Amino acid sequence: MLPDNETRINDSAELWLDQAVTRYESDSSRLLQILHEVQERFGHISQQATGILAEKLDIPRARIESVASFYSFLHLKPHGEYRVLFSDNITDRMLGSEALMEQMCQLLWLQPGKVSEDGLVSINTTSCTGMCDQGPAMLVNGRAITRLSHQRVQEIAQLIRNRTPLADWPADFFRVEDNIRRSGLLLGNTLAYGEVLHAAVTAGAQQIVEVVKASGLRGRGGAGFPTGQKWEACRNAPGKEHYVVCNADEGEPGTFKDRVLLTRQADLVFEGMTLCALAVGASKGFLYLRGEYRYLLEPLHAVLQRRRDSNLLGISILGKPGFDFDIEIHLGAGAYICGEESALIESLEGKRGVPRSRPPFPVTHGYMQQPTAVDNVETFCQAALAVQMGAEKYRAIGTEKSSGSKLVSVSGDCAYPGIYEYPFGVTVREILQDCGAVNTRAVQISGPSGVCVPENEFNRKLGFEDLPTAGAFMVFDDSRDMFEVARNYVHFFAHESCGFCTPCRVGTSMLKQTMDKIANGHGTKHDLREIDKLDRVLQNTSHCGLGRTACNPVLHTLKHFRPAYENRLKSLDFKPAFDLDGSLARARQMTGRDDAGAHLKETE
Amino acid sequence: MSDTFQLDGAVVPFEPGQTVMQAALAAGHYIPHLCYHPEFKPHGSCKLCTVKVNGRTIASCTMPAEAGLNVESNIEELNALRRALVQMLFAEGNHFCPSCEKSGNCVLQALGYDLEVHATGFRHLYPDRPLDASHPDILLDFNRCVLCELCVRASSEVDGKNVFALAGRGITKHLIVNSESGLLKDTNIALTDKAMEVCPVGVILKKRVGFSQPIGERRYDQRPISAQALDDAPRLSGSGGSCPACEDAS
Repeated sequence: MLPDNETRINDSAELWLDQAVTRYESDSSRLLQILHEVQERFGHISQQATGILAEKLDIPRARIESVASFYSFLHLKPHGEYRVLFSDNITDRMLGSEALMEQMCQLLWLQPGKVSEDGLVSINTTSCTGMCDQGPAMLVNGRAITRLSHQRVQEIAQLIRNRTPLADWPADFFRVEDNIRRSGLLLGNTLAYGEVLHAAVTAGAQQIVEVVKASGLRGRGGAGFPTGQKWEACRNAPGKEHYVVCNADEGEPGTFKDRVLLTRQADLVFEGMTLCALAVGASKGFLYLRGEYRYLLEPLHAVLQRRRDSNLLGISILGKPGFDFDIEIHLGAGAYICGEESALIESLEGKRGVPRSRPPFPVTHGYMQQPTAVDNVETFCQAALAVQMGAEKYRAIGTEKSSGSKLVSVSGDCAYPGIYEYPFGVTVREILQDCGAVNTRAVQISGPSGVCVPENEFNRKLGFEDLPTAGAFMVFDDSRDMFEVARNYVHFFAHESCGFCTPCRVGTSMLKQTMDKIANGHGTKHDLREIDKLDRVLQNTSHCGLGRTACNPVLHTLKHFRPAYENRLKSLDFKPAFDLDGSLARARQMTGRDDAGAHLKETE
Repeated sequence: MSDTFQLDGAVVPFEPGQTVMQAALAAGHYIPHLCYHPEFKPHGSCKLCTVKVNGRTIASCTMPAEAGLNVESNIEELNALRRALVQMLFAEGNHFCPSCEKSGNCVLQALGYDLEVHATGFRHLYPDRPLDASHPDILLDFNRCVLCELCVRASSEVDGKNVFALAGRGITKHLIVNSESGLLKDTNIALTDKAMEVCPVGVILKKRVGFSQPIGERRYDQRPISAQALDDAPRLSGSGGSCPACEDAS
């Protein structure tokens, strides 16, 4: 690894940094975007670059280090010319990602998490990259690569060894399929861009709020807050400025419908945001795009530009005086917690993505403490459709408390993974039939924090009455070990905890240790009691939903698949976590030994 | 006449803008807390002050007081959670009370005694956290950091210096200082800074003054933290003077 002081920044690099800061008007609230550019350009954010940025932005360098170190994709130390991250969702694992990563590590003589001696490459895992229907997937220098196979991993290792620039890699590696399997009112819409907005501008702001309220539309991010009510509260909140924010930080493992919407329905997303702007009186909007979808940035910019050229964005939109609105895209940098709306706003302001204490809520005190409407990508699309169709027609679709349709991201053990659009009220069983799933043991609905549905509950329905969901639908057949599924999710939460509050910061790590202890065959009944204790603390004292739901995957699988745990337990009531033989692992590694003499016999 | 809410059956008056914690302390009711400090804006990260409001658990230091709330605090269910949180903090860092010069004046230790934390509870994480002894007059022992951010807030809001910040995420979150070398000696910290006074545990220490108070005369030898905290708070809400806890520690 190159020591940091060998990567001295030369004059042209300093000039580049200067221009980057100027591009962002020396505004420290754009810090994350600036750091993103520095990371892309130099491969890491060096000490020297940090010093230069601190000076130019007039902020303490510790603040830059504080922000950069919060996000997984930003590095303060050299991390290799090629930074390879294997998506580590359970669906990637089920498709063989672990073996592929091991293969690549062997091909490149490397250990996971380390940078190669020559500074060429590093290999590690990352949380779900949203390619579950075409995994195993990875990111190389932030670019998504799908459908990994042993063949493809070999080719990639060769390209890295040859130092082939990423731009010259086969385009097929980067191909991302939409895999739309079933369309409904959203995916099947034939609206021309601007069509909804034309009609809405005539009707006016109040009318938009009324229609969205009457349509019964509820947020599609999972929480299900009534959208019209949110827009009205934001509209009525006093403030110098109002803001519209589209949450495209689709980080819930197993969810990828926003990726497809941003690929296929970008105009409808922006149309929804613009309607919202008209409704709440905002002149500025943000789309917070998760870093994993970096490849969508240029196409989305092109759509925004076309809309500006068509007077669907900008000053006096569609000739309506005073209707000024434009949208800026902010890139996330690998932090699941930024999907929480107040953490997202902190991140938009260039800070660590730590959820705020609520109240106050974003509708009154959001971006820059001003009234802000934050909605999910799909919600904005549905809002545009509701306005277009009229409340009554929209409400006729779905169920009483869950109107309209829902996109479901199907992955895991099924013949046809991809995107399925259904009216709310569809049963788990129907979806399983449509996606060609057989011998299904369980379905994880709405990601790790959601619900694990076993076979005898497949008649349950998607909707706010029964199974609310952000859209993830991960299928597990009877060959799968549900303990390992839960353990994967527990690792995810420990990795993504922001660390702000005691219970989540410490509790998720302890839960991870306990699950690993059970996995290693050292678990006892005592550990199951510890899981209960951790759950009580996490559920009752955590700062936000991440901590409050972090034990869900364990509790749900314990409830439905208890033997998967008990088979692993020792009969002893207590066994210390300290593993005498395990503690010698480092010594074995240093001496290159793994023979019987380098191991301690375990005594019962 | 000011509005009131109920706290464990007692009637607590409050001023507009006060949180449940602020109003409770001002009225002479103790709610256990660690990251809350009367002189700073409530932070809400340690979660020791978790109470039940109308049946829901929430941090009382950040919860705005409202008329008619029914707040439960001193009940076994919540004290059990608080004990677990204290155990978690002890397990997260490396706390060796017998050899720590903050012993007897340490808020975490005092909370442990007051909440009757009799056992470790969780297995320790034993993190590797090197000391920073670079500064001629100040020692930083990160092993004891509970990430309350009081030094971060004091340095930024009172001293106007930003000597401290937090870096990393999740269980790797840690305190850093504002210098290219990453060492305290290269910052502009001064012994007179507010940031020197506020550490509730033994991270930020003045060199060469340790163990000056005999056992028996230390702050929490005399009165438990539940009593001390009440002595501090009302004086503050009125006069805005400095905090006796900080004075004692310095």
